[in-house]
Amino acid sequence: MAPAPPSERPVVRTGRVPGRLGNRVFSGISTGAGILILVILAAVAAFLLIRAIPAFQASREDFADIDFMLGRDLWGFVGPLVFGTVISSTIALLVAVPLSIGIALFISHYAPRKLAQGLGYLIDLLAAIPSVIFGLWGIQWLQPLVSPLFSWLSENLGFIPLFTDYQAPARNIMTAGLVLAIMILPIITATIREVFLQTPRLHEEASLALGATRWEMIRQAVLPFGRSGIISASMLGMGRALGETMAVLMVLSPGYLINFFLLQPGQHQSIAANIASHFPEASGLGVDVLIASGFILFLLTFGVNLVARWIINRRAEFSGAN
Amino acid sequence: MSKRIDVSDLNAYYGDFLAVEGVDMVIEPRTVTALIGPSGCGKSTFLRTLNRMHEVIPGAYVTGKAVMDGQDLYGPGIDPVEVRRQVGMVFQRPNPFPTMSIEDNVLAGVKLNNRRMKKADADELVEGALTAANLWNEVKDRLDRPGSSLSGGQQQRLCIARAIAVQPQVLLMDEPCSALDPISTLAIEDLISELKNDYTIVIVTHNMQQAARVSDRTGFFNIAGTGRPGHLIEMDDTTTMFSTPTVKATEDYISGRFG
Ligand SMILES: Nc1ncnc2c1ncn2[C@@H]1O[C@H](COP(=O)(O)OP(=O)(O)OP(=O)(O)O)[C@@H](O)[C@H]1O
Ligand SMILES: [Mg+2]
Repeated sequence: MAPAPPSERPVVRTGRVPGRLGNRVFSGISTGAGILILVILAAVAAFLLIRAIPAFQASREDFADIDFMLGRDLWGFVGPLVFGTVISSTIALLVAVPLSIGIALFISHYAPRKLAQGLGYLIDLLAAIPSVIFGLWGIQWLQPLVSPLFSWLSENLGFIPLFTDYQAPARNIMTAGLVLAIMILPIITATIREVFLQTPRLHEEASLALGATRWEMIRQAVLPFGRSGIISASMLGMGRALGETMAVLMVLSPGYLINFFLLQPGQHQSIAANIASHFPEASGLGVDVLIASGFILFLLTFGVNLVARWIINRRAEFSGAN
Repeated sequence: MSKRIDVSDLNAYYGDFLAVEGVDMVIEPRTVTALIGPSGCGKSTFLRTLNRMHEVIPGAYVTGKAVMDGQDLYGPGIDPVEVRRQVGMVFQRPNPFPTMSIEDNVLAGVKLNNRRMKKADADELVEGALTAANLWNEVKDRLDRPGSSLSGGQQQRLCIARAIAVQPQVLLMDEPCSALDPISTLAIEDLISELKNDYTIVIVTHNMQQAARVSDRTGFFNIAGTGRPGHLIEMDDTTTMFSTPTVKATEDYISGRFG
């Protein structure tokens, strides 16, 4: 049979090709969603900044008739709040991250499969509890529980400024930090667990075959692999802790000082809780001041995320992502 | 640094599933033993019973004996971790630790045994292991780069260096060349021939020429059908196996008539 004559049509199709439409629609939707997120972010930042400008420009005299500023200027007002926010979130992270890593490791590498699943659900459930409930729990349950512990700390380690002069009830920044820790525990644990579960079997076996015990294998293969995931998860938790309002508002007896007396009430306050407690009766410039503090909280959260990105990227080469 | 292993009546299970049944085998010291056979006949499974990596898989267990130097690897009171320090393993896909530098990869196993190591000793060990794995000249200027920055063949040799850095008695290799190009494959085959002087080597391969080239003894595994356990059909000197096998199935497999 003679070979078929070359057809008139070019081999590579030109013009409309079936299936292209869906492709275009999808890429349009995802690009659009990406742009939308950027626009919303920019809109929030712009709103905060524009409303905050009057507060940034006002002088100390202008603030005189805003009760909650207690006669201080803007930075004298915001400074202690930033400090209180950072301190409570730091306590929360210091407590929550090691605990989360432990729980996540238990779920991913130690617990029998049935138990691991149950625990996983339980942790997810914990994430769904509203923060008011955590606030109530903090006051009613945690506070009396930690009180004796705090007195003991104060009596025996009181020479460390952190633990000096505990005063009951335990409505101090330490208790607030502990409540925050419990609140951010689920999201951190769930994220870290996912990362740990993704450790390549290949690397775990490489370690075991070298004669590593299970714990050595975890240190050699699982933890280094999960490092950037742990940092991301911590930042997620930190973001939540920085902005958490209700629980801090309910647990903490507020004060506007910058000091490290973690066990004394009436020393600290967080930005978010402060906005919530004063917003209802604020008016005029008072509102602007609160919005300005909100803007600073926004920057703080943003900064924390940038630092986290930077830490993660610094050793991206060794991350195993390639 | 090489030991003989006597395997007798060894069965390997995945839960209820019997994957390998009734293996009797003698693995001679300072030789290369090749395991061949069709896919799914249990070569990897059997290989992993020799360093107790089989039981790492949930539900997997082994019955029978594997005696090394008078000690049953499955005897009471034997810690699998100790077994694995004596019986090293190289996997099918190169698996250097991506979070470690080339140097740290070589030292990974050594540091498990001996945390504090003098810098000079460590350097010497790294150079020794990498030289033995024929990789030193290619990486000596970039020991601090990540292990994953190497080519596949180099990564596999890095894994061999990592395995021999702990000076095991026996080295198990599961299709160590199957992810590599012909040149890297030859490099690794040469390496195996050199390592034979110091180590007992067991290698699984699908490549008949490779088995014929590198091994002294060859064992042929086969399986009666899917879902049935794999058996060791025949084992002999490689030259005998490839010229005059006693079992028909071996001859068919080696000559490429099935599998
Ligand atoms: N993790 C596992 N869980 C359950 N069954 C498994 C597991 N790994 C292997 N098997 C089964 O055990 C049998 C032997 O598998 P094995 O991997 O040892 O074969 P193999 O000879 O190495 O094959 P190949 O040449 O393809 O690598 C197969 O039936 C396989 O399905
Ligand atoms: Mg296999």
